[in-house]
Amino acid sequence: MNILVCVKRVPLTGGKITLTEDERAIQTRHLGFTVSPHEECAAEEAIRLVEQHGGESVVLTLGPAEAEEQLRDMMAIGIDRGIHLVTDGGEWDPQATTSAIVDAIRADGAQFDLILFGNESADAGNYQVPVRVAYALGHPVINGIKGIAVDGDTIRCEREVAGGRDVYAAPLPAVVSVLEGINLPRYPSVPGRMRAKRKPLVSSEPARPGARLEMVRLRLPEGSTKQAEVLGNGPEAAPRVVEILTEIGVM
Amino acid sequence: MTTVVFLEAAADELSQQAVTFAASLGDDVQPIAFDPSEGYAPAAWAQTLVELAQQRGAGAVVAPGTDRGNEVLAHIAAKLDQPMSANCMTVTPGDPATVVRMRWGGSLLEEARVHGSPLLLSAAPHAVAAAPVSDVEVVTVSASASEADSVVRVSETIPASTAGVSLADADVVVSGGRGVGSAEGFAIIEELAALLGGAVGCSRAVTSAGWRPHSDQVGQTGTKVSPEIYIACGISGATQHMAGCKGAKRLLAINPDGEASIFASADYAVIGDLHEVVPAISSEIRKVRG
Repeated sequence: MNILVCVKRVPLTGGKITLTEDERAIQTRHLGFTVSPHEECAAEEAIRLVEQHGGESVVLTLGPAEAEEQLRDMMAIGIDRGIHLVTDGGEWDPQATTSAIVDAIRADGAQFDLILFGNESADAGNYQVPVRVAYALGHPVINGIKGIAVDGDTIRCEREVAGGRDVYAAPLPAVVSVLEGINLPRYPSVPGRMRAKRKPLVSSEPARPGARLEMVRLRLPEGSTKQAEVLGNGPEAAPRVVEILTEIGVM
Repeated sequence: MTTVVFLEAAADELSQQAVTFAASLGDDVQPIAFDPSEGYAPAAWAQTLVELAQQRGAGAVVAPGTDRGNEVLAHIAAKLDQPMSANCMTVTPGDPATVVRMRWGGSLLEEARVHGSPLLLSAAPHAVAAAPVSDVEVVTVSASASEADSVVRVSETIPASTAGVSLADADVVVSGGRGVGSAEGFAIIEELAALLGGAVGCSRAVTSAGWRPHSDQVGQTGTKVSPEIYIACGISGATQHMAGCKGAKRLLAINPDGEASIFASADYAVIGDLHEVVPAISSEIRKVRG
């Protein structure tokens, strides 16, 4: 089976987010970057499904030139080839992102049986691109998935809900968005990184349509910093901790 | 004008918050719930809501910022080819309307203009108080959808095993981070959690290292917790983690680094090595209890 997985380059924000002067982006001068966590699991799932059923896995991203790093990372853990939709680094809203992805899928020679996404990106968290892509392609879509099994032309998916797991099934081709926890992604090996450098990667520069969800500015939530009461240093703090636990009624 | 609100259930707190949020648009609010016997089928439910919104000339469709709320709204957005804003804190009507919405699980806020109609908005959890839905009339509907919209539906639900205290509902969560050092290191975290009748949590660094299952992970991509007290042991306080524990009433951080960013979110701090502090707390609890 042929599987496409769509990923997004996001900063590793660490403990404190700082904004750029124009308040339209996170200050990333001192930050590393990664693939959004749910999507890293989507890539791992694509690799496992191809190991199991044969076929080809392809990774796609819409992002700046630097996002090639994330495509190579995914190829280093086992994805076969990459598609890079190169942007100038500015924001693409969910509808613009969808149309670029759909155009790229149509332009690619492969017929994808399964298109995997993360349920939502770590940064923008718009919760909609997988669904929009599915509608544009006329495919069924199943979201928020923590278990996948493919049997012939059918995909069976499990989703955690309060009190259990909901089971869904759909005919392929289908779009599925997954959640972290569906698997534990492997780390890239050194030979894997070497191989990734030689794997095929095609890039193009789609035109960005006007934003219909138009980001104006970013800001940090108010009142998020507290002044902690220091209960002590080392094990000598234990009696004071237990006093607090007693006060709040959890003893 | 009318604002149609999708309720997961009339008694659901986050759905009631969506009603409060919807009222801020200033139009009549019409809450809609699906018949409880109706199996969940996101595309079919979305189609029914689209038809109801069109019949009533709705200016907006609002959903709770839950898994199903955001999913049904995304289907509506795809069907209508209109923009959707997920997890909004506030909305100001206008042309274009403006919203403030959550990014990074709430660690960052975005002000955005929405160019479309009807407005499709989900309400961020716990941004506003719940509205008493008994005051307004909830219309209960059944999905009347085409075959294509019914392909993806819940075919069965596998019940969860009910062993132990659930992380999401626990009154006490004792959570370990990279500082715990190993899978075996969690024995002292488990001991303290058991003494307090609480649940064990962990950070993403811990699940990535394979020390704990993902079901223990607290964070933006893990479980969101809201205990009486969250005891964070050897956790630095990355935004990814804090997005999962910001619902805790109180936070006690145990960390040897007095400059760790977790202390900026903590109510109580113990500066020290968790390998010494956590067993000392457990033995103090035993002593106090006799």
